[in-house]
Order: sequence, then C-alpha cells, then structure tokens
Amino acid sequence: MGKMILDGEIVDNGWQRFEPGQLEEDGQSLPENQPVIVPLAYWQAHRNTLLEREAPVGVCLEPGEEPADLAADLPHLPLVAVHFPAFKDGRGYSYARELRTRYRFTGEVRAVGDVLQDQLFYMHRVGFNAFEVRADRDIEEALENGLRPFSVTYQGDVHDPRPIYRRRQELENA
Amino acid sequence: MYVYQDYDQRLLEERVAQYRDQTRRYLAGQLSEDEFLVLRLQNGLYIQRYAPMLRISVPYGLLSSEQVRTLAKVVREYDKGFCHVSTRQNIQLNWPEVQDVPDILAELASVQMHAIQTSGNCIRNITTDEYAGVNPKEIEDPRPWCEIIRQWATFNPEFAYLPRKFKIAVNAVPDADPALIGVHDIGVKVIHNDAGETGFQVWAGGGLGRTPMTGQVIGEFVPWQHLLAYLEAILRVYNKYGNRDNKFKARIKILVKALGAEKYRELTEAEFAELKDGPMTLTEEEVARIQGCFTEPAYRDDVDSGVLDQALQENRAFNRWYHTNTRAHKRDGYRSVTLTLKKTGRIPGDVSDEQLEAIADLADRYSFGELRNTHQQNMVLSDVATDDLFALWEKLDALGMATPNLGLLTDIVACPGGDLCALANAKSVPVAEGIQRRFDDMDYVHDLGPLDINISGCMNACGHHHIGHIGILGVDKKGKEFYQITLGGRGDKLSRIGEKMGPSFESFEVTDVIEKIINVYVDKRLENEPFIDTYERIGMEPFKEHVYG
Repeated sequence: MGKMILDGEIVDNGWQRFEPGQLEEDGQSLPENQPVIVPLAYWQAHRNTLLEREAPVGVCLEPGEEPADLAADLPHLPLVAVHFPAFKDGRGYSYARELRTRYRFTGEVRAVGDVLQDQLFYMHRVGFNAFEVRADRDIEEALENGLRPFSVTYQGDVHDPRPIYRRRQELENA
Repeated sequence: MYVYQDYDQRLLEERVAQYRDQTRRYLAGQLSEDEFLVLRLQNGLYIQRYAPMLRISVPYGLLSSEQVRTLAKVVREYDKGFCHVSTRQNIQLNWPEVQDVPDILAELASVQMHAIQTSGNCIRNITTDEYAGVNPKEIEDPRPWCEIIRQWATFNPEFAYLPRKFKIAVNAVPDADPALIGVHDIGVKVIHNDAGETGFQVWAGGGLGRTPMTGQVIGEFVPWQHLLAYLEAILRVYNKYGNRDNKFKARIKILVKALGAEKYRELTEAEFAELKDGPMTLTEEEVARIQGCFTEPAYRDDVDSGVLDQALQENRAFNRWYHTNTRAHKRDGYRSVTLTLKKTGRIPGDVSDEQLEAIADLADRYSFGELRNTHQQNMVLSDVATDDLFALWEKLDALGMATPNLGLLTDIVACPGGDLCALANAKSVPVAEGIQRRFDDMDYVHDLGPLDINISGCMNACGHHHIGHIGILGVDKKGKEFYQITLGGRGDKLSRIGEKMGPSFESFEVTDVIEKIINVYVDKRLENEPFIDTYERIGMEPFKEHVYG
C-alpha cells in the first residue's frame, strides 16, 4: 500500500485506482471490500451498480473531463480525483477550483499522476486536499517543503476567497 | 512607483528561498531536466546557446535609480558587464551561471526586484505605455491598474500551468496603441463612460509569433470594480479549453479564433457571472491605495523657459535631439526624454554596468529618481524640467545615449538573435548594424521621418517584426540563414500585422533590399508623408516591383 498526503499528513493510501479502459480490457471486476477510484466513463456506465456497493467509490477526471460532467453525482461521492498525466497540464487546477467553489464539493479532492513537490502549494490553494505524490519522490520532503513555501498570497483561494488587502483590512477593523 | 509593504518583501524572500531549494535539488539530481525546465522558466531562466539567460521582471517598465544601481552591480558581478532591455520592458542578462541565479535573485530582492513569471506558460509581466502617467494624451494613469493586475497574477495558483505564455498590456490613450494591446493575449483599454466612470474595454486573442493576429473585443465596458473577475473569467476559459497538444496552436488567439469572439464572450460571461460582486471585486479604498503610489513628483513652478529657447537657437545638434528624442509632458515646463540604446555597432537595447550607474545618477539629478524601459528597447527619463534639458543632453551625448534617432530608421528594434539565443534561425544584430551603417547620414535619416524597422531572429517574434513598418524575420532554409521582409505592420496609432513582400533574401542582400524599399518611398511620397502612410496609399505592388523586378 502506497503512501499519500491527506489533509497535511502522510497516510496509507487505501484506495485502488483504475485507469480509463483498464477494467473493461482486463474484464476485471472491482475488488469488493476495497475503496476504489474509477474513471468517469466507467462511473457513467455503471452508476447504479456502483451506488449500491458497500465499499466507497470515487471518480477520477482526466484532462478534458470537467466537474460539470459529474455535477449531479457529486452529492453521492466521497472523493473526486483529478489526473495529471503530466504536471505541466494545468487544466486540473481549474477543475479542483470549480469542484470547491462552483459545486461546493466538500469531499476529498485528490491529485493523482505526475504529482510533485513543486506544484503542491498551488494545488492545495485551488482545492486539493489529497496528493498521491509520484512514487519515486520523497513524500516526506514534499510535505515538509512543498505545501507551504509561501506565507504570503496576493489573491484569494478556495480556503479564503479574500485578496490580501481585504484580509488585512478586516484584521485591522477587528 | 508602487511601494512594497512588508508582505510584498516577504513574498520575494520566500521566493528566493524556494528557488534556491529548487536549484539545489536540480544540481543534486533530484529534479529531472524536464521538471527543472518548467520551474526555471517560471523564474525567467532560459538555457541559451552559450549560457543561460535570466530575464528580470520590470513591472510595466518602471525602475528606481536604486534598482538600476543594483542591476549594474549584478551585471558586473555575475555577467559580462552588459544587460539587455527587452521588447517587453524587462531586463535580460545573457551570461549568468545556473548556480549563481539564487544569489542574483537575493541581490535583486533587496531592491524589490525579481524574475517571477518572466517566462514559462503563465501570466507574464504586465506592460503599458512607457510614458504612462506623464503622457498628455492619456485619460488616466494606467499604472495603478497594471499593479493591481500584477498582484492578482503573481503566483496565481490556478494559472501557473496554462497551455502557453500569456501577456497582458494596458493602454489609457484614446486613438492610439502605445502599449500594443491589439497584439496581446489580453489587451486592457482604460475608458470612461458617459457618466465619467472608469471601465475597461477588454480585448483577447491578439499575439505575434507564428500566427500573428490582432485581438477582438470580448468585454465592451467592464466596470473598474470587476476588472480582476473579468480577467479571471477569460483566463479560466483559456486554461480549460486552450490547445495543449500542439504548442504552435496553444496561444489564446487560436482558441478565440476557433470559437469565435461571440462564443468566447459567452463562455467568459458565464464564468464572470459567478465571480462578479464576489470577494474579487475591487474596492475604492484599495484602488486609491495603489493610485497613491503613483502620485506626481514635486514639480518645480519656476522652470525658466528662456534657458531652453536659447539652447535651441544656439545649438543645432541639441535642437535636433530635442525634437526627436523628447516628448510633450502633462506638466508645463517638463519633457520626457528618451535615451536611445541604438548607437551603431551596439546590440540594440544593450546597456553596460557603467552606463546604468550613470543613468541612475542622471535620474536622481534630473528626473526624480525614476526611469522606464520602453518596448522599443530604449530608456526614458520621464520628468525633466526644460531648463535642465541642455545639461542633460550634454551628459547623455558623452555617454553615447543621445543619438537623435528615436522613431527613425536607425532606431531599430531587434531581438538578441542567433548570436545568443538558441531559438533563433538568424543573427538579427549584424543585420541591424548593416542597415544602420548604410543609413549613416543623420540628415537623410531625419528627412525620411518616422519609420519602424523591427527584426526578429525567428518566428517567436521577440523583435516584434510583424508590427514594424518594415519587418525583417530570420528564417532557416536548409541550414542557411534567410530573411523575410514584411511591409505595412504597425505598432503606433494602432496595431496591425504586416504583409509578406515575397521570397526571402540572403543576409548579404538585406541592406540593399531595405535601401530599395526606401528609394520607392522617397520617389512616391507626398510632402511630409511618413513611410507608413505612403505604403497604405500606394500598397505593396510598387515596392515589390522595384525589389524583385
């Protein structure tokens, strides 16, 4: 079982994630008692069956698959993952932000794929609270140095939508 | 200029620490080339042909004399005694060492400078009119808006990994485009409605590079309170739908063109509806705070106009320089002075450590300690009293920065080209020099009048060749350098993309071709008609015939 960062701590990753097409190709069935993360297409095809499962199910969005595609199902989901095939592909930042601010999703938003220390801070600010740091990297160092390299932010984010001048103003007035 | 608060400073210091750690991990083999590439680019560090190039951010081109002195020190200690003013009003160092960059950044941070987002697929330096704040034609000072956008864009977590680079420019001059907003990813035009309230006409989808085009109006009138929400909406649409498979189709211009302005506006408005009136809404207090950083300096009321009049009468060289290199100012008794960095034989835009120090001293003595970089690779002392002009001119002349060619044929804009840049197909600098040497008769150059020649060494268009009245682009043909000429581009009253003249030329032919083009103009021009007007009147054909005939 791999390690991951969840809400600022290193924990065991108890979820098994399936790549798009993987379940169909292998003719595999889902492990019964384990939490799983399935691709959006698989979720859409097997929605009713999946909703009846005892073990939790999360859905993973690939770049090009937007939260809007999943909006109606969000209340049933404990977890939405966003896949970064390459860390340079920044679509997932907008997806996480939409999940939090547009759809008010309060479950786990997990970054998977090419997830590296130097992007964690931005990812956290747009709404990710869980990170499957790439297996060949030092997750301890990523947690220690990647999550909070800055104490100052100009813009608002999902944790505090106020830009810095409003935060400071309200602090002064308090 | 914008005065840093303790938190602005802390942000820079934290950035230096972060980048120092990234460099350490790269040198220790813990970050791959590819991973470090993206990180260093977001910090303006390119690996060039011979050495890295570090691009230092100069927000909207504005510098203090203290910053210029620190630049001089950095240039002396870490480079070869020269730096380069870029067409986006930034400063480039061409010979730093990768391992020295964290120390350079620490040095820069001590005077509130940095290299944040000067490259990479993120929001780049915000640019504006180099005469902002003193231009008598502007409806208000655009710099506070630039600063407000800068803060929003700095380390914006959602827009650090865009499909491609993203450039925003702000213009506040009606009926002119000194900031080239027409060829920016987003162009922001400050306008006033009938009630006199400030708002913005927001353009999107302009750009130079491989597929040059001018932008389209997406927002007709965005009230000032909603500027950032509107920009965020445009960016979010681009971040989600911009092409990521092909870097040549990844700029917002391609998306705007593919969707059409109408559809892009619709998507933007949908995002905007959600953000409008939220916490991003600008407050009067905050705008006033930022505007308060750009107040008028202590202008003198006792400027003696007789001093200037006498000097103009007595000294012909000074008179010529005055009319070419200084500009009208908002305030009576003051002029803006452009220091031309275009002396023949020198790389356009290059400036030495000693010159930087001299310029800083002149800024302190004559222009309230401030300077600007221009997108035409010159520098500006924006607030000089007219009774100081003669003394200033003498000093600039001694420094080689009073060449009276601003806006004329020999004031050539050129990228560093193949001598330094790994991307370039061709060497821009010798081409510029060849032209400058051919047209060495300053009387003739003055007689030819306003003429923009822009040279880019490759189609990334750092030399803005598309908007030169005459544009020169280096292209590679089977390993040989060729040059393609465009005519009719504009980056003056409006932004317009030039038209290709025909087959390209070998480097030894370029100067002759330019001369032929000029000869057609001289032959066909009406009295006092500038080159670009003649071109627009008679079209491409006569030029083509004479050059290829």
